This record gives sequence, structure tokens and C-alpha cells, in this order.
Amino acid sequence: MRATLAFASLWRHPMRTLLAIFGLAIAAALLIDMVMLATGMRASFKSLLTSRGYELRVTPRGTLPFDTEATVGNAAALVASLRAHPDIERVSPSVGTTVQIASTRTTQSGSAFALGTQPDVQGEYSVLSGRAPSATDSTLREVIANTVLLARLQVSVGDTINVSVGRSAQLRLSEVAERAVIVGEARFLYVPPGLPAISAPLRAVQSLLGEAGRDRISLAMASIRADSGGAAATSARTEAVRTWIEQTHARVTAISTETAIVQVEERLAYFRQLALILGALSLVIGVLLVTTLVSLSVNERLGELAVLRAIGVARSGILHQIMLEGLMLGFAGIAIGLGLGLITARWLNAILRDFPGLPADLDFFVWSPEAAWKSLAMLLVAATLAGAWPAWRASKVRVAQALREEAIG
Amino acid sequence: MTATTPLIEARNLVRRYRTGATDVAALRGVSLTIMPGEFVAIVGASGSGKSTMLHLLGAVDAPDSGQVLLEGRDISQLSDADATRLRLLRIGLVFQRFYLMPTLSALENVELPMAEAGASTTVRRERAKSLLSFVGLGERTDHRPSQLSGGEQQRVAVARALANKPALLLADEPTGELDAATGAALIALLQQLNRDGLTCVLVTHDAALARSAQRVVTMRDGQIVSDERVAEPVA
Repeated sequence: MRATLAFASLWRHPMRTLLAIFGLAIAAALLIDMVMLATGMRASFKSLLTSRGYELRVTPRGTLPFDTEATVGNAAALVASLRAHPDIERVSPSVGTTVQIASTRTTQSGSAFALGTQPDVQGEYSVLSGRAPSATDSTLREVIANTVLLARLQVSVGDTINVSVGRSAQLRLSEVAERAVIVGEARFLYVPPGLPAISAPLRAVQSLLGEAGRDRISLAMASIRADSGGAAATSARTEAVRTWIEQTHARVTAISTETAIVQVEERLAYFRQLALILGALSLVIGVLLVTTLVSLSVNERLGELAVLRAIGVARSGILHQIMLEGLMLGFAGIAIGLGLGLITARWLNAILRDFPGLPADLDFFVWSPEAAWKSLAMLLVAATLAGAWPAWRASKVRVAQALREEAIG
Repeated sequence: MTATTPLIEARNLVRRYRTGATDVAALRGVSLTIMPGEFVAIVGASGSGKSTMLHLLGAVDAPDSGQVLLEGRDISQLSDADATRLRLLRIGLVFQRFYLMPTLSALENVELPMAEAGASTTVRRERAKSLLSFVGLGERTDHRPSQLSGGEQQRVAVARALANKPALLLADEPTGELDAATGAALIALLQQLNRDGLTCVLVTHDAALARSAQRVVTMRDGQIVSDERVAEPVA
């Protein structure tokens, strides 16, 4: 009966109630988007870094992976040294460069990112169809390409392409050119969306680069051997190995996944603060909306509430009914806001993922159930409590006085 | 309680209000005794204190001094919770402006006090239907107040007042918003309830209407100036 009365009271002014619910929905959507943004980038970045099981990234001193053209020479010795360390399980060296590609079947050509890896240990791409290039090739004979390249050159797995480095393919001024078969289609984890990319065995790409690539790598990823010591022990060993690498090989910088995440978190502090402020604002907006609407409704119904008290409805009954109205508004607003928030998050994520230079698999808005439910529960509690003040006022209505005023009015 | 024990008794009631800077004495030492089964009309001009008297008798308000005894129990200084419970279970109130919940149907309006008293849905629905049939609205149970005439709304209000089988029915100008014919029908309904044993107290400024009660108490300036038996109440 109380729920019926609360619902009916809200529905007495449908437009006003719907507007309040819509306002709450926007506040809830904003809150959920901010929570997804605050927690999402970190989670997505961590997932990206750990997805292939490499805890350490070794780059030319003072650089981040592939943020410059810098390479490390004497790479074979470096990789051998890393592989000899008892705590390192496997090492994946790679070299990256820009190449010109032309289809031998169509007239299409263009530049692409070429990644030299060791296919048996690589952590850079996932094979979508076909297979990875033969790991033993020392010259460029087979490549695996991403979907963007296949679409742009209008080629498919099994087709042959010309790969060259140095100059424009259109002007046919390349210094080194090789012919290779596309043996598979892959999704490159760290390549920005829209960038055509191929991968071939490390030695083949080094060979393609000539003197500039001889025994040089851009990056080596290392995974730490697992043991029964748990995450804390692995983390400690990773840090020990990282320190050892930097002390032993002065030419490189070693970054652990944890360090990278900390660095990213530091860079994302602004985002998190912004999200926190906007999230808090959405809570305040939600509270103000409910307080305003319920206060307005209570003020209009003081006489009616006095009558309810006169016929025997307890103060607690009035209190519950009015708070129930706030709760109903909160529920409706949050339910709509959840959907709205997920839709806007998806849309904003698509826009932000198109930012140049970011890995295709990096998400800005990530659905984190625990964080989302906690924040929405907080909004629901806030909306319900927002009805507490008008509810308390309503329960304190002076029955005889209100009836007298109603009679005069 | 025996037949000689008053159902409700007011003893030297004093009630003042503060309106702005003015202190208004609404009741100045009023005493009144009403026996079980009586039908009493309290009449007087506007501002004579009759509605205040009704509020005190109904535990809606508390006197500044004096006592109100319902079935021998002092109800003038009850806590808010106790006074609310008393109004819910022992007193039925009918107002001039009906004051039905506009968002509830006639049936739900009558169910409301029973729900508050903790009656089960089945019990209260059955009794609400029965009460609405009794007041002649058995076919209009699902109508909202806005879909009912003034007379019908007041009948729903009477049914609501009877919901928890009160010992006393208090009606404040119940015909004030009704035309003569509808008002007469409502008074006839109250007389029927009184004949069935319910004690009724009616407040009105209409002296002619008051003749339908068995006893007429006249108030002026916060005091009772006459208390007369009606030899033959108008039917």
C-alpha cells in the first residue's frame, strides 16, 4: 500500500517525475562513465602488457618500446646474456621499421610498419588465420599481415608482395627490395588502429635493413620463470632481474610491467582526478535533483500528509513513504543511467581509440563490474538519503495546524 | 465500560493559538460528556472553537490544560505515537473537504487505515468492499476521487473512517461542500450508523442540520453556551 501510494504520488506529475528521472539517469551515466574511465585505462593497459606473459621490456637506453627509431647493437650477445640468466624463462627480441609495400597482383602500394620477431617466442601478435612465417628464414620470404594492410592493398593470404626499405615505392627508388608471400593474417597488439603492419622473422627484417639492421634490435621482452613463491616473490625476482639487466648492460633500459603501469598511472593522474571530480559532481546533481523534487512534492502535499497523520498513519509511515519516493526515483534513474552510461562509454571509447599512436587494443572505458556497482549503489544511497530531509519534514507536520490552514485555505 | 460510563469526556479544556503576534483563546475551559450511542451536534459560528473541540476530542491536538477521557482513559497527554495509534483504531474522522488520497481508488482509500493497522490484503479488501457497498458505492470501488461527485467522495471518506471499527465518529462540517440533497443523504447515513450503535459527533455551523442529531451543543467564543436534547431529530 505504501509503495502504491509512493508510486502514485510520483506519477501525479508525470512530466516532472520523468524529467527528474532523466536528470538522475544523466548523473548516473556520467558517474559510471567516470568510473569506467578512471579504472579502465589502467586495467586495459595492464591487460595489454601482461596478455602475452612478458614481465620485462628491454629497450635502447632512455627510450620506451618503439617510441623512437633507436636500436641496440650487438643484439645477439644481449639476447644470449638474457637467456642465460636463471630467472629468465624466455626472451623475445624484435626490431621495427617502416617499409614500402606493393602488391604484385594489384596496383596498390603504401607504407607499413614491419616488425621482425622470432615467431616461436613472439609476443607481438595473434594469428587470426593462416600461420606465422617460418622461424628459420634469414631472408624475407614469408610475412604475416594485419587486416588493415590486406584491405588497403586489396590482397589476401597467399598473395605475394614486394617489400622495400629506404625510399618511396611509387618512385621506385628503394635501396633494398624483397618479394614475400603473405602466409597469414594477424592482430598486432601494440600497433595503432589503421596502421598497416607486417611481421617477418627477425633475421629477415635485419637483413632487409642491411647495415642499419645488422645484429640490432628495437626491443627485447623477457618473461620471468614461475615458481611456487606467489605473486609477491615473482614481483621481487622481476625487480631483481630488471636491476641486473641495467647494471650488466649499460646500453639498455629495462622496464617491468609493474613499473610501466606505475608510470602510466602517474601520467593518468589527471584523468583520474577529472573523473573523480565529475563523478562527485554527478553525485551532487543526483542528490540535488531528488531533494528538490521530493521537497516540492512534500510542500504541495502538506495538507494531504496531515490528513494521513490524522487518520492514523504513523510518523514512521510518512517517513518511509517519502523516502520510498526518493528510492523509486533513484532506481529508475540509475537503471536508465546504466544503459545510457554504457552506450556513451562505447561511443567515447571508439573516439579515443582513434587517437594516433595508441595500440589498437588499448581501451579507455572498461566495464569493471565491482567499481560500477559500487558507484551506482553509492548513487542510490545518496538519492535515497536525499529524500530523507523532505521526508523528515513531512513526518513532522503539525496535524491540527495543517488541517486548520487547509480549512482556511 | 457500562452504559453509564461516558464514551468521551472533556474536562475544563483550554486551548490557545498564536497567530502572528496575537494569542487566540480557542477554548476557554470547556467541559462536555458524551455517552455511548449518542449523536451529538456541536454548532457555532466560525471561530467559536467547535473544530478545535473536535480536534481535541479526536486526539488530533492536545489541550493546553484540561483532560480528555476516552472510555475512561486520559488521551490529552498521549505521546504522538500513542495518539496516532488511538486515532487509527478507536476514532473515525470525516472532514469537510473529504481529503481522500487523489492518487488512490475509492477501495484503496478505504483500505489505507486498515493497511496501517496491519490487516492482511484479503481482509482489508473484503471489508473495504463491504463498507463501500454499505455507503452505496459498491459499483464505484475502482474510481479515483476525481471521478466521483462530492457526495460520493464524502461517502468514501465515511467508509474510510469506519475502516477499523472505531468507537467514535467525529465529522467536521461533513456537508459543508455538498448541496442540500446530498448533504441530507449523508446525514441520513450518519443517523443509520448511529442507530447501529456508533457514537457520532458532528460539528456544523448549520443550526438546521444540527437538528438531525439527538443533542445539540452550542459554542460561542470558546465556551459552551447551551446543551440541549432534541425531542425529535430530523430524519
